[in-house]
Amino acid sequence: MELIYEISRKGRKGSTLPALDVPEACPVSEQMLRSIPANLPEVTELDAMRHFTKLSTRNIGLDTQFYPLGSCTMKYNPKLHERVATLAGFAELHPLWPQLRHGGAMSQGALEVLYETERMLSDILGFSQCTMQPLAGSHGELTGVMIIAAYHNARRDKRRKVMLIPDAAHGTNPASATVAGFECRTIPTDERGNVDMAALREALGPEVAGLMLTAPNTLGLFDSNVREICRLVHEVGGLAYCDGANFNAIIGRLRPGDLGFDVMHINLHKTFSTPHGGGGPGSGPVAVVEALVPYLPISRVVRFDDGMFGLRYDFPESIGYIAPFYGNFGIILRAYAYLLTVGREGLVRISQNAVLNANYIRVKLAPYYKQAYNRFCMHECVLTAEEHAKKGVKAIDIAKGLLDKGFHPPTMYFPLIVHECLMIEPTETESKETLDKFIEAMIELAKMVDTDPNALHEAPIKMPVRRLDEALAARKLNLHA
Amino acid sequence: MPYIANTDQDVKEMLQAIGCKDLDDLWTKAEVKGPYPQFKYMPQAMSEFEVVKHIKELAKRNKTELVNFVGAGFYDHFIPSAVSEVTSRSEFYTAYTPYQPEASQGTLQAIYEYQTAICTLSGMNVSNASMYDGGTALFEAMMLGCRVTRRRRAVISGAISPIYREMIHCYSSNLSVELVEVPSTGVESSLSSLLDSINDKTACVIVQYPNFFGSIEDWTEFTAEVHKRGAIAICSTYLTSLAMIKTPGEMGFDVVTAEGQCLGIQLSFGGPYLGVMACNDKCMRKMPGRICGQTVDKDGKIGYVLTMQAREQHIRREDAMSNICSNENLCALTALVYLTVIGKEGLRQVARLCSSKAVYLRNLLLGIKGIEPVGDSPFFNEFVIKLPCDASEIVQKLIDRGFAIGFPLGRYYPTRKDQLLICVTEKRTKEEMKALANTMEAVLWN
Repeated sequence: MELIYEISRKGRKGSTLPALDVPEACPVSEQMLRSIPANLPEVTELDAMRHFTKLSTRNIGLDTQFYPLGSCTMKYNPKLHERVATLAGFAELHPLWPQLRHGGAMSQGALEVLYETERMLSDILGFSQCTMQPLAGSHGELTGVMIIAAYHNARRDKRRKVMLIPDAAHGTNPASATVAGFECRTIPTDERGNVDMAALREALGPEVAGLMLTAPNTLGLFDSNVREICRLVHEVGGLAYCDGANFNAIIGRLRPGDLGFDVMHINLHKTFSTPHGGGGPGSGPVAVVEALVPYLPISRVVRFDDGMFGLRYDFPESIGYIAPFYGNFGIILRAYAYLLTVGREGLVRISQNAVLNANYIRVKLAPYYKQAYNRFCMHECVLTAEEHAKKGVKAIDIAKGLLDKGFHPPTMYFPLIVHECLMIEPTETESKETLDKFIEAMIELAKMVDTDPNALHEAPIKMPVRRLDEALAARKLNLHA
Repeated sequence: MPYIANTDQDVKEMLQAIGCKDLDDLWTKAEVKGPYPQFKYMPQAMSEFEVVKHIKELAKRNKTELVNFVGAGFYDHFIPSAVSEVTSRSEFYTAYTPYQPEASQGTLQAIYEYQTAICTLSGMNVSNASMYDGGTALFEAMMLGCRVTRRRRAVISGAISPIYREMIHCYSSNLSVELVEVPSTGVESSLSSLLDSINDKTACVIVQYPNFFGSIEDWTEFTAEVHKRGAIAICSTYLTSLAMIKTPGEMGFDVVTAEGQCLGIQLSFGGPYLGVMACNDKCMRKMPGRICGQTVDKDGKIGYVLTMQAREQHIRREDAMSNICSNENLCALTALVYLTVIGKEGLRQVARLCSSKAVYLRNLLLGIKGIEPVGDSPFFNEFVIKLPCDASEIVQKLIDRGFAIGFPLGRYYPTRKDQLLICVTEKRTKEEMKALANTMEAVLWN
């Protein structure tokens, strides 16, 4: 398909601007003007609409297909969220206004959204307070581990340089801990898919700042030792961090704060139904226990005695400014709408149906795909194509075969500790009919491993492009037109 | 109502299929124990009608009808209607990260086109697929400078946005990076002091162009001096201005970052925004964030993939270039559509409107008794004036009269309580500027 730059024709315009109503003036000297104009497209608005509409049809989205990506919680994104996020009262609000004298009065509605969302999330997660500032999940992780660092620093406990991280963790956990100045120590997973308790006990010591645990874990399993794990970490003076990427599995059923965690992040773009946007923007609020409240980032949203909302900065122990303002407000607003729609009584229905749907797929596929761990799963089931790989069909071939059958593939090759991994997360918003069709497609693909493996190697053939040469892309870099 | 499809009958059948007698049994078998929590703060569910009504009322409590002259890095530019028409296509906004490239050619080609637009606008060779915002991008640029030079000291101009300087300090607190801040002089960056602060341990020098006070400075000779000392030159920029003024690439910068909000993204009370990062070939392999590249498929047909992934956290874990795991993809798409629809000539026109109007307003305000200029540097669409009193008080009085007149510098520069940073975009009319000047005069002297 043509690039927008190839459609461009000199002299075409796609927009109109107001006429200059003041004398023309150029405040810079000739030598500071750019020598060659930026080579931006010259197209009509119609050209642009055709181009981008056509591009959009070369994408699979949640609204077009079942999208059972494990660990990503691709649940439905309700349209009322998009509607409220574009209300001019929010979309046109300058973030610096509340920092002006009398400016707070200009943004009471927005501050209330932040304040209320913080309170509702604290209630759902079982923590004392939370911050909406982190701009993504991994940004939330970084904020969380920086809070852990600030806690130990405030106690002048300089020895604590080690962050314990299970080997099943997302790559962001060790990367975030490193940016917060920690050394990472890996804890292995036991044969049931839980944290290896003996290895954990071995790794704990006075140099441990904390442990980052994804709960439920990335194998889609609930580690029933989680309370004990938090206790052991506390016993040596460390703090327990909960990576809440998989919170959809327990929302309304368990509160991580009640399990013994000290700090956690969640992804609004997973559990709280805000769109993934093709890779962002997301939002990764962080919740903490009372003892960690002083370290939360500034500014903080507060409610004064007169009922007015405002911002406060006077928190000397705060880790500081992790974002320019108050978080990805447009995303937070969508999550706020979701929370109001779901309501108190709806919370547990989310996790119940997410877990039910995942186990339904797990059981139905059991005769055809080996489970990585032979247990009841939570919101996602982790399968392995190891047996198929022995016959020459790998997880990636199954994934590409699914594309031709009209489904987005599951997450593949993660977690790294499972060979030929296929991780399926249906979410609670999918119907039984959709799951049945997906199961049927997966079974057909499993049968094709014996009957027509070549078709799987050739897949996909029905997409806008066939398999792409990633090695060539990395070797002969072509990063712009 | 949590958007669940399963009927009671479905639940019954599915529980039976997986061997559970009821939903409690499901939890037990999944090894989840403990009492169901009681929620104290969560409200009862509301209907769509009620939610929309409630949120509309909240929106009314934000007074967006103020005539805005506040910029300070976050700008109130006109956004063509076509922009949101494209970005509200759910094939774009409901998709995940393009890890399955055959199913994501729309997103991937858009990133490639975005990278192209950023390169041509900034005069750089390589752009990534975007980062969270201008501040996190600037911190990441500093760490990039440390990786490329294998040094751990950064010299930072005091004429960089104080918001971003605060963020860099915050992120650096647990890392062994020495930060050296060089105060600005009036509305100017102190070029010679910045150079004097470089030593043989300095990884990078970080400046802003146009700087926080709006001033445009020529960094061409400066970057050459920085390179002679073995350091990397980094600049945070304002992309709209680059339609008019010399690019960071032309001036020899190694890394350029920017807040891309000015490219068609709503102010939206502080986010989501767009962290722009571009660099030269020397820094490319150490750059953080996603990058999209062109390649071919099995049949030789052109297609796009995420590339150079060996730099990233999902492969390198603790040795990754950054912990970043997403980009601000929909915001990058927004910027691309904006740049496409505004177009090559349109962006130059936006820049001309901004700068001419800014000159006009500055002259109007300087005609008022007691208002003085601060410095006489060339500027783009932002400038500083000095008032005969506390700027915060004037800001307050003007808010009460319907104008957000500007950002008082005293908030971040305690010795400059009488100074105001004022911004003009193409949306401001001659009438609004005249009304502002009249109101200002009345507030000061009546």
